[in-house]
Parts: sequence; structure tokens; C-alpha cells
Amino acid sequence: MKKPVIELDNFTWQYAAQKEPTLRELSLTIREGEKVLICGPSGCGKSTLAHCLNGLIPFSYHGEMHGSVRILGKETKDLSLFDVSKMVGTVLQDADGQFVGLTVAEDIAFALENDNVAQSELFRRVDEAADLVDIKSHLRHAPTELSGGQKQRVSLAGVMVDNVPILLFDEPLANLDPATGKQAIELIDEIQKKTHTTVVIIEHRLEDALHRDVDRVILMQDGRIVADAAPDELLASELLRAQGIREPLYLTALRHAGVSPRPDMCLHNIESLRLDDGQKAAVRRWFHETPAAPKAPERPVLLEAKDIRFAYDNGFEALHGVSLTVREGEMLAIVGRNGAGKSTFSKVVCGFERQQEGTLTFAGQSLDALSIKERADRIGYVMQNPNQMISKVQIFDEVALGLVTRGVSGEVQRRRVEDALRVCGLYPFRNWPVSALSFGQKKRVTIASILALDPKMIILDEPTAGQDFRRYTEIMEFLRELNARGVTVVMITHDMHLMLEYCRRAAVFADGRIIADASPADVLTDPDVVARANLRETSLYALAVRCGVDDPRAFVQRFIDHDREVREP
Amino acid sequence: MNNKLSVKTVVAIGIGAALFFVCGRFIAIPSPVPNTSITIQYGVLAFMASVFGPIAGALIGLIGHALVDASWGWGIWWSWVIASAVFGCLMGVGMRKVALADGVCGKKELIRFNLTQVVCHVICWGVVAPVLDILIYNEPVEKLFTQGLVAGIGNAVTTAVIGTLLCVAYAKAKPQKGSLEKED
Amino acid sequence: MINIFNYIDRPSPIHRLTGATKLVCLLLWSLAAMVTYDTRILALMPVAALALFAVSKIKFRDVKAVFWVTFVFMVLNNVTVYLFSPEHGVSVYGTRTLLFTIAGPYTVTAEQLFYHLNLILKYFASIPLLLLFVCTTDPSEFAASLNRIGVSYKVAYSVALALRYIPDIQRSYHDISQSQQARGIEMSKKESLVKRLKAASAILIPLILSSMDRIEVISNAMELRGFGKGKTRTWYRGRAFRAADILCMALCALLLAVSILSTALRGSRYFNPFI
Repeated sequence: MKKPVIELDNFTWQYAAQKEPTLRELSLTIREGEKVLICGPSGCGKSTLAHCLNGLIPFSYHGEMHGSVRILGKETKDLSLFDVSKMVGTVLQDADGQFVGLTVAEDIAFALENDNVAQSELFRRVDEAADLVDIKSHLRHAPTELSGGQKQRVSLAGVMVDNVPILLFDEPLANLDPATGKQAIELIDEIQKKTHTTVVIIEHRLEDALHRDVDRVILMQDGRIVADAAPDELLASELLRAQGIREPLYLTALRHAGVSPRPDMCLHNIESLRLDDGQKAAVRRWFHETPAAPKAPERPVLLEAKDIRFAYDNGFEALHGVSLTVREGEMLAIVGRNGAGKSTFSKVVCGFERQQEGTLTFAGQSLDALSIKERADRIGYVMQNPNQMISKVQIFDEVALGLVTRGVSGEVQRRRVEDALRVCGLYPFRNWPVSALSFGQKKRVTIASILALDPKMIILDEPTAGQDFRRYTEIMEFLRELNARGVTVVMITHDMHLMLEYCRRAAVFADGRIIADASPADVLTDPDVVARANLRETSLYALAVRCGVDDPRAFVQRFIDHDREVREP
Repeated sequence: MNNKLSVKTVVAIGIGAALFFVCGRFIAIPSPVPNTSITIQYGVLAFMASVFGPIAGALIGLIGHALVDASWGWGIWWSWVIASAVFGCLMGVGMRKVALADGVCGKKELIRFNLTQVVCHVICWGVVAPVLDILIYNEPVEKLFTQGLVAGIGNAVTTAVIGTLLCVAYAKAKPQKGSLEKED
Repeated sequence: MINIFNYIDRPSPIHRLTGATKLVCLLLWSLAAMVTYDTRILALMPVAALALFAVSKIKFRDVKAVFWVTFVFMVLNNVTVYLFSPEHGVSVYGTRTLLFTIAGPYTVTAEQLFYHLNLILKYFASIPLLLLFVCTTDPSEFAASLNRIGVSYKVAYSVALALRYIPDIQRSYHDISQSQQARGIEMSKKESLVKRLKAASAILIPLILSSMDRIEVISNAMELRGFGKGKTRTWYRGRAFRAADILCMALCALLLAVSILSTALRGSRYFNPFI
């Protein structure tokens, strides 16, 4: 057996500002060369565990600890943060926060510079590390010229350059589009094989994280480890679903078809999945027996964009003739890679930017002459990060802000604010400060502040980015309720599950054009569209093909409809 | 100085200077006087200095203001750059005992913040900047003191509104000690 | 958005000098321009600066916009000086040669005109070199240069961080301000001053509070990569001095010495043609 590199023994940690321990009596051993995935719902303590492994605890955060954490046999509390960082290299979730250099090369060199490594050696080692992550052609680029995936590669090179024996990834998939996320997992795998490092990945997007094999999955809940098992065993159990972690879709589909997953079926990956003929037949049978959902009736047109062309001041044309129709009461997803024009399009719709050509009409009326403020009475825009929208201390004031600037006051103002708060489930908190709320609740505050203006349509930028399955479900179910009340919802998203589960239509942007406008099932089963928009084919499609279903596309659609029905009361 | 500066302070100086720069360079509020706009970066500087202390305050003022001047191209106006640094430093000294970062920000703290900022603005734009200008350029004394006065009053007003709102919002957003049950 | 400081990458002897050299030269030169009011030295400096521009291959059109901003600023400053003190030159030079009178106290004297000439020369002596520095120094090299001339590496790195995060903060500001405009926040002239300030703070508060969270993330990231560990650090973009660097610094030091000496020998900062 290989020697242990990380050993936690009966470890308990409590932050100074908290009443209860975040980690309780944790015991865990990770051995040299292992690849371990740690998952669990928000608040389970997985990020805190990461801080314990990389030394931020106990050196940067204050609190009380019991038990021991040993890295390569050394007790961390007897070392310094710098000693620990020589053994554990961390790639943070926030790639922009980790990228501190003015250019790629400088950022990769950062740790070595701090170690007073001579310049000639800096050049050599930076080149090597850049080669390893395939970013060498961008050495002189500034962070603003890179995509999210490229920034993450730079972060990885920046820790690899120091030859650390242990690599720790904190939610590596959170900010990436589906295809880039897939490449990131492949890159991590490749690097581990090349350099024989020990890898710890913290991630709640299980299906994506399991795209390449891992040795073990550790499931956490309330500061404790509830499972420490091989992926196949964990996937076959009911534990994941009980802890609010989303299992891979193909497993859910198998369960619907009455096939119960067993550990010996190689469950962790759709490509390795073993199915016998009886099981395949069961899947086919389920497909034929499940009725197709009826088509939704056509509703009147709400927003109509015709041939929108838009170029920024610097001459870059971001939209080359985009046409899109949104119907009343729809829930529509806008997808595509970063820089494809999704955000620019929504900014043009809201009036933040003005198109050079083309027209916008809303409920039959032209939008083109309306100001930003006037458009906001019809179309609300919710930013990705609620902290970038909230400017008032009290919840009530925050939600009332738009009304105040429109001269609505007194009783009318109070009623509209309270209505919006009720819809968002925040009425009991109306006299609280915003800071007392969780991230998901803050998101609702920003939505409430938009709803107070009573728009017919809202556009949300990445409504669930960085959220675990439970919070994701909470936000999405809320949006669905809102939609049921008649608000048209348009979402810009990277999340394939989101669009499959909640939207009946998806508009796919690529290079400033709409390249597909169809049902999510059709989009995600079209290899050409998937490739051009940096999406990812759904594993449901692969499952259907594997089982010999005669119409795999229809299979995906039927699964979604059925799953929606099962989950909806 | 190397050992005194924590990494957090270094980052606060960098981000603070970037904020000072963006506010000073791109956010212009039209003022009643034609062709002049009101600058709001001193509200930000006063706030950052109150949170991160005199060294951070001085360097944010120095770096931020020098970058603004350098980007306009009209020459780094050292006398005023130094006055900004002195302002940040004095603000940090004056607010040393106030623990904004722990969420303490009542009436008493806000009065202290505003008294300090007015005194600091008077010192910097009424004394430091004009005296340095006299030394360097020997321009007419009346012109320099009038300029200083106008700038000082403007800055004090913007600091009073923006700095105060920032302090309140920041302190309120901080969890009170020992009050959290569970957080990720 | 990326190139706010107008760095122009164009191979020239000036570009080849290290950032540290250019920084030292800029400081010595600026100091020399500040110390003296000797018209002959002040007249020589702009000529030398123009020659340097030619060597650096920076064209007038590269700096045209900045030049005009500076020009307007200089004219305005001269006008205010005159309005406040039309006979400032008389008190500086100690003689009074009245040429004509515009109205009331607004006289035109030879001394005043000469004083304005000196004031204008002072601008032209110092500003071109700053422009040259900005145009020819890669921002990446700046922090290493500061450290090389003796500034603590931590302070030097905070300058690099400022340059690194300015575009990010600018973008956040832009996004926040658009979403607040949709809610009806305006900073236009229609509103009263206090309302405008409050509108500004509706944008600033989210910007600054989210930046405070940023500070935490970045400082963790830097500590995890060993920043602040040693008394010194090396720089990927640092460069060693060569003969040309030493020569340039020596010339600038000479200029400062001349400027100080001429002041000390005469016992006055002014070259006075009126006595």
C-alpha cells in the first residue's frame, strides 16, 4: 500500500465567529497518487476542509481546532502557511482572483519569484509549466484577453511550476462552459498521470467531475464524512440523492426504466457503463410505454428582435443580424460560449447598448425610442452576482429603490414592495438588513427589486452559477412559480441541466449569430450545434444509443417530460 | 516596512488604488460650475483608509492619484499627489481606534469619521497642497489657496455623503461577532 | 479598456532601456524642472525632450489627444494665474516695465509676460518626459523597476496589482452602473447635487463592497503562492542595467546638478534679465 500523504485524525474546527464547529471529528486518509473527489451540499464544510488542507486554516482564519491534520507526515499547525503551500498547490474557484500577474508568464512565475528563484531559471520553468497546460502561445497575454478556461490553465500552471506533490482543486467547474469544463477534467487527469501527483477535487457537479476516473468519492454532510467509497458503490446507493447531490442523468433514466444500478455495472461513466440485454430492453420498453407530452399551445409574441446588428466603439461587431422571438409566458434559455454575443444581445434588449441596425418590438410597441429606465418597466434584468446589485442596507429599501426613483411613494409603494417580497418568499424578512441573508436569498432580493416594477419579462444572467443542487433547485423552482404567474423568463446559462429541465426552448448563440433555436433536447443531441457552441452532448443521448432506442432524440425529450412530471406535484 | 505590511494590506492598497483610479478617471458627476466635475474618489479613499489604516491610506492616495495624473498625461502634479497621500494617512490615523471591520458603526463613529475627514481635507488642500505648489511653481499665493479651498470644500462634501454611506453599508454587511449559526 | 496608459510597443533605444532607468531619469528630470526657474535651462529641456521623442519612434499622432488635454490645462492655468495676480512677475523679478493696461488692475508688464513664459516652459520641460515614460515603459516592468530603485517589493507589487485590476474594476463599474440605471438611478444634471451624489453611491456601494470580498480572495491566493515569505523576491520581467542605462542616469543626474548649482550660485531660482 502506498504511503499516506494527507491524514486527518479526529479533526474538529470551529470558526471564531461561529457558534458551532464547521468540521466535526473528521478522519480521512489520502494516499500518494490517489485521485479523490470530495462532494457534498453547500454548507457541508467541504470548502473549510480545503482550507485545512492548504494551510489557510489555521494560518489565515481564526478559530479553534482539535485533533490533527498531517500533510506528508507533518502536523500542519507546527509548520507555516508557506511550508504547507510548498506541499499543496491550490487552484481556486475564482480564476480572476488567483490571476495576480499582469501577463500569463508573470502569473505562472509568481510562486517562484517569491522564492527568489534566479531569472534564467524562471524563464525555463515557466516555459515548462506553460507547455504542460498548453498555454505557451499566450505567455505575453493579459488576463483580459483570456477566456475562463485559459485563466484556469494559467492558475494550474502557476501551482505546477513549483512541483507540488498534492494538487487541490476548489470547484474547478463552477465558472466554465460545459465543453471547457470537460476539457478541464481531462487536463487534470492528464497532468496527474504525467506527474504522479495526488489530486483532490472539490466539486458538486458529480456527472461532469466523473468524466475521467477517480479513485474515491468522499461525501460530506454537516461537517462529517458520510461516505468514503469507490464511485460505483456510492452511485449505486441512495446516499447521493438523500444528501441533495444530483446523480448522473443516465442513472436517473435507468431508475425510471426500472433498472436498479449495481456497483458492478461500472456506473461512474456512461462510456464504461455495462448493461446486459435485459436492461437495454427495459430502457427501450420504458421509452415505448411512456407517452409523449402534448405540445404547448402557441402564445402571442412578446418580444421580437429583427436583424439586430451591434458593434462596440472599438469596431468589434458582437452581433451580426440576430433575430429572436420570445412568446408570452415562455421560459427560454440562451446558451453559447463566452463572447458568443449572449450578454451583448440582452444588453441591447435592455437598452444598455444601442443596436446600429435592426428593430426591437415589445408587445407590439417599438422599444427603440425608449430609455433604459423606460424599458426597465417592461423588461427586468438580473445580474449574475447579487452583490453587484444591492446598494441599500435594508431589504425593504432595496426593493423600493426602483419605485422611489419613479416617484411612486406612500401606500402604493408599500403595497408594491410587499407584493414583490411575498412573491419572493421574503415578506417575513422585510425589516432585516440584506447582509443577514444567504446568497440564494440575496438573489431573490434582487429579483424582488425587479419585480416591484412589474415587468412582463425578466432576463437573468446565470441565475444558478456556483450554486449546489439544493440551492439551484430552490432558485429554479422559484423562477418556475414566477413563470406560472405569467412572467416571461429568459435565462442566459452555461448549465445544460438547467435548460433541459426547465426550458422548453433554447436559443444557441455562436460568433454573434443564433445557430439554433429549438427544444433543449434537440439542441443537445445535435453534434454540430454542440461543437460550435461549446456545449456538451447529454449522457441521456448516449444511453439511448447504447440501448438501441430507435429515436434517441425523442428519448431525451421523453425523459425530460417524464422527469418533470414525476418531480412536479 | 517590508515586515509590517501584511499580504492583505498589500492587496488592499492595490485594489484601493485601482478603485481610486476608476473613480477619479471615469466617474464624473456634472457640477453646477461649468466645465468642472465633482470627484468622488476621496470618499472612497477616506473609507479605505478607515478600514485598512494609515499606511494603506497613504499609499492608496499616492498610487491612485499618480496613476490618474499619468493617464491624463498632464504631468504628475506631485504637490497634489502628495496631498492625497497625506489625506489617506491622516484619515487612517484619525480612524485608528474605530473597528469598522467588526461591524461597529454607530452615530459616534460617523461623527468621528466626518470630523476627521473635514480636518484632514482642510490640512491637505488648505495647507499641504498650496505650500508645495508655492515651493515648486511659485504661482501666486491667492490663486493656490483659492484652488485649495474650492477643492477642499468639494472633496469634504463628497466625502461626507459617499464616505459615510460606504462606512454604514460596509459595517452593516459584516457579521456581528459570534452571531452566526452556520455558513459556508 | 486595456491600454489606458498608452504603452506603445515599438522597438527603439528608449524602449530597450530598463524600466528602472527610465523611472530614475523621470524622477531626476522632474526634480530638475521643479527646482529651477532658470529660463535657459527650462528652454533647453523641451528641446532635449523632443529629441528623445524622435529617438523613441513615438509619433505626434500617438500622443495627440493627451497633448491637447495638457495644452488646454496649461492655458487655463496661465489664465487663472493672471486673473489672480496680474503683477506676480513684478514681485518675482523686482522691476516693473509697464507695457499697457487692459482695464483696472489688469496691466501687462514685461515681467509678467516673462514669468508666464517661464511657467509655460516649466510645463514643456517636465511633461514630455512623463509622456515618453508612459509610452515606452511596459506596465509589466514597472513593479520590478520600483523594487530595483529601492521601493519595498510589497509596495511595488501593490502598484502591479492596481494595474492588474483596473480593467476588472472598470468593467464591474460599467455593469453595475447599467443595472442601476435600469432602476432609475441617474447622475445627470437634472438632479440636485446631493441626489447626484446619492446616485453615485448607489453604484459605488455594490462596487466597493464586492471589491472588499475580492481583497480577501486575492490575498488568500497570494499567500498560498508564498507572497511575503522572504525579505526579497525576484521578477520575471526585471532586467539588468547595461552601459546605456548607466549613461542615461548619469546625464539626468548631471542635469539635476546643473539645475541645483545654477540656483545655488545665483542665490535665486530665477534667471533675471531685468536687472
